[in-house]
Amino acid sequence: MSTTPIRRSVDQATRSSARPRLLFDPLMLVATFGLVIVSVLAIGGSTRTDIPGAPDFFAHRQIAYAVIGTVLMLVISRFDYSRLREFKIGIYGLMIALNILPLLLAAATRGARSWIELPFFRFQPSELGKVLLIVALAGFIVDRTRRLGERETTARLMLLALGPAALVMVQPDLGSASVYVVTALTMLFIAGSPGRHIAGLIGLFAVSLVLVLAVAPAVGVNVLKPYQVDRLTGFLSPNEDNNETTYQLNQSKIAIGSGEKTGRGLDRATQTGLNFLPEHHTDFIFSVVGERWGFAGAGLVLSLFALLIWRTLRLLTMAKNLFGTLIAAGILAMLMYQLLVNVGMTIGIMPITGVTLPLMSYGGASYLTTFIALGLLQSIHIQARIAQGSKGRGLVLS
Amino acid sequence: MMESPESRNQLSPQLAMRVALLGGIALAIFGIIFFRLWFLQVLSGDQYLAEASSNRVRNVTIQAPRGELIDRNGTVLVENRNAVAVLVSPAALPEDEGTRERLITRLSRVLGRSTRPERCELGRRRFMRMPVECAIDSQAAVTPYADAIVEPDASRAAYSYLAERASEFPGVSIENAWLREYPLKSVGAHLFGTVGQIDEDGLRNPNYRGVRGGSIVGKNGLEFTYDKYLRGTNGAQRIEVDAQGRPKGRLTTVEPVKGSDVQLSIDARLQRVGQQALQTGIGLAQANGNPASGGAFVAMEPKTGEVLAMGSAPTFDPNDFTRPISQREYDRKYTAESANRPLFNRAISGGFAIGSTFKIVTAAAALADGQITETTPYNDTGSWVSGLQRRRNAGGAVFGTVTMERALAVSVDTYFYELGAKLNRDPARYPRGGALQDWARKFGFGAQTGIDVPNEYGGVVPDSRSADGLKAAERECRRVRRVDFCGKAYLEDTWTVGDNVSLAIGQGDFVGTPLQLATAYAALENGGTLVRPHIGVAAVGEDGRLQQRFTVDPIRRFEIPGLATIRQGLLDSTTQPDGTSTDVFEGFGKPVYGKTGTAQITNRPDQSWYVAYVPDERRPIVVAAVIEDGGFGAEAAAPAVRQILSQWFYGNPGQVRAGGSASY
Repeated sequence: MSTTPIRRSVDQATRSSARPRLLFDPLMLVATFGLVIVSVLAIGGSTRTDIPGAPDFFAHRQIAYAVIGTVLMLVISRFDYSRLREFKIGIYGLMIALNILPLLLAAATRGARSWIELPFFRFQPSELGKVLLIVALAGFIVDRTRRLGERETTARLMLLALGPAALVMVQPDLGSASVYVVTALTMLFIAGSPGRHIAGLIGLFAVSLVLVLAVAPAVGVNVLKPYQVDRLTGFLSPNEDNNETTYQLNQSKIAIGSGEKTGRGLDRATQTGLNFLPEHHTDFIFSVVGERWGFAGAGLVLSLFALLIWRTLRLLTMAKNLFGTLIAAGILAMLMYQLLVNVGMTIGIMPITGVTLPLMSYGGASYLTTFIALGLLQSIHIQARIAQGSKGRGLVLS
Repeated sequence: MMESPESRNQLSPQLAMRVALLGGIALAIFGIIFFRLWFLQVLSGDQYLAEASSNRVRNVTIQAPRGELIDRNGTVLVENRNAVAVLVSPAALPEDEGTRERLITRLSRVLGRSTRPERCELGRRRFMRMPVECAIDSQAAVTPYADAIVEPDASRAAYSYLAERASEFPGVSIENAWLREYPLKSVGAHLFGTVGQIDEDGLRNPNYRGVRGGSIVGKNGLEFTYDKYLRGTNGAQRIEVDAQGRPKGRLTTVEPVKGSDVQLSIDARLQRVGQQALQTGIGLAQANGNPASGGAFVAMEPKTGEVLAMGSAPTFDPNDFTRPISQREYDRKYTAESANRPLFNRAISGGFAIGSTFKIVTAAAALADGQITETTPYNDTGSWVSGLQRRRNAGGAVFGTVTMERALAVSVDTYFYELGAKLNRDPARYPRGGALQDWARKFGFGAQTGIDVPNEYGGVVPDSRSADGLKAAERECRRVRRVDFCGKAYLEDTWTVGDNVSLAIGQGDFVGTPLQLATAYAALENGGTLVRPHIGVAAVGEDGRLQQRFTVDPIRRFEIPGLATIRQGLLDSTTQPDGTSTDVFEGFGKPVYGKTGTAQITNRPDQSWYVAYVPDERRPIVVAAVIEDGGFGAEAAAPAVRQILSQWFYGNPGQVRAGGSASY
């Protein structure tokens, strides 16, 4: 493929605009880098003693991921995302292939795991799959825009998401699987699928959740492993017994609660510093923030996320085409849902599902995926600005 | 510009509505999270802060070293050694059966213990368990909330291995601990007792008031009696730990306070010689063809009741019990028939017929009852007849006319048979017997002396009521075991004069302990005070300062009729040419007031007894000794007593002199 046409259009736009304009979204960048800085500080503080002799091991790696991610984001933002529509089948195929890979490896090593061990980091295909699915699905939805009212359309599109979700679920990565489903549902909703279809699907998922969690075990069929059920229902009865699930939940609540208004500071953050809270740099990074910087710090992080969400929401209406709107909607759903589930887990109102907090949790796959998504958002923004610019000029000329 | 079909400039109302809805949902989510954070951090922050603090702080008990046991001269008898103990917290072990077993197997290897299942007794039931597993389960059964000590004295290699791999051994911890050490090994082993973790019953025992679960306390012996002084006060450390319980820093420390030392009345050298003297006596008995293998002795200060030495044979090395002992080794050393119950303290718990040493009681009772006077002559013809019964002197000896003094000196049985018959009372009117029984009780028989070593046996002074008791026991035994005869009593027998005649020479159903005998003879020495024997003298602080002297009141004081005559008879027995132990004490150099005893028991060789006191101005002493299955009193027990007396007065056991007297 050649990128020249897009390139030229950008150049034309920048050159021909009346006054130099910011094509990318600066507020979104502020939110992005604000979260990256908080993330690196939180990880650096909480993992000083995790690896003896290398106090900054995780912090340094997170900075490296951030740098790579930023470059990736800037590069992607320079391309017109609209061209990706042509490759939707290829992208979808790639996503499926990536998600089958861990299953094949697992079969070979006789162990279940959702990541692929690469020389420099653990690559989780289900993470990258989130963005790939959003892009591909946006393409498929756009193709069927005129038949969106049909039940068949809704069913077909939903199945496109449920297929990979099932693959991810057996990896096993329940959290990412649910991200796939929620993302797809949101995109259908924004695309304009009939409200009754959306409501029906939500009802369907609710019923199947009840079936899997309550009815199936009662009749002796275990769809989920016992520990998964534990993790999903543990938050409902935090004081019941001291198994591993409730332990994590309670320790996380203690960490956040003990931060009080302004936090305990680095040296007095005993919950994370003394390892009472496991996974503190990955799934429970928000607890670290809450303990160390208190309500003020947690509020800041939430505000940065709110900024990011607001700027994304704005893109839904700004995008130059439905494809862009749908990609933005998918990414919005992904970010919002992960925020809700991850932060909700650390404060004890959501089950433990192993969903990471975008831009905050340590981990290469999660970081790069988020930056790719942000690159796409910036690209949508830039393309929208260019489109606005040309239309504006056109209006003047006519 | 590429115009795609789906391009649009205008927002459709539907899209606007749905985007607004999505924004609303996002807003609601942020709202919920903010409120929840407000609740956690601002409203209940202090509560969580408190929880976080208790999370990171562990209170660790620092075991206080126990006080030492020292003898009357300051020689250390029981001391402490610092060791590293390996503990297992049963609740923290892996729940999964297989993982748990692998962990215990690995731990066993590290500790150098067998991984083969062995017989393991849990309560009354037996299982096959690995020794380490058995230690965990059996300790968990008695002390369910405390960590089980699986190795009280780990090697350096073992504990450093465990310390470095703490994460691979969940539930296993190491701790500094104090171990008891017995530098004199088997000498005095029966006195001290053992220490161990307090159990559920112990926590309710008033002797352990104020002791926390998991603490080390004295379980028996003097360790039990004086636990209050010995145990000290455990210290505590508040330690900041991480989630794996690894210490990260120390917050505060309360130093442990060592327990008080307890000074005993024991003389370590006399104790050692006494133990050897028992072996001497056993050797002499065996040389005479008697199958002797056990014995006991008590040496006591007759005026105060302070026990100078007390021992039992066979003995054991208490150091064996500071380490875990395999069931097999325990069986071989301690419970096998051939071991002859080495843990049994015969000096205070062993019940025996005491033979002719009882004759002083008969003499005093007869005088008190007015049956005879000290000078009433009795003509011994070598045998004594009453009704159909005919009893002879030992060896068929004939002594002619004797009075009380000579009857004691040469141990004339017929003289005392006669007194026994005269002192008999109608069992219907006197169920607790007559003067003989009364005086036996006055001299301390038939009741515990109350010595400060637990598990003392009170013995039996037979009367018609105790005979009834024995018959009841016989009936019960026959019923339970479904046999025709248990050997405790003949049911058809009633109390007869013959029973009283047997009692008069310390036979029949009479049972006494070596300690009771020594106490009775101490009363002769001190002129009528039945002392309460005791071993603990004082609690002494670390600086050697006296903290508390243990005062002991005597059991009773009483007038002993004919005391001078009885004393003279005892002195004669070691000095007169035909005295029963004159040959044994030849050339001893101090007046020895002694009495032989030879107790006959059905189907067993005779028990060899000897008891003596030396009324020295500065160092009076009374010694009683028994050699089980040892033959005549003069043959085995008397030489042992001479060695003990020799050590006490001359600082060496002297030569061994076996007596030739074949009298009871």
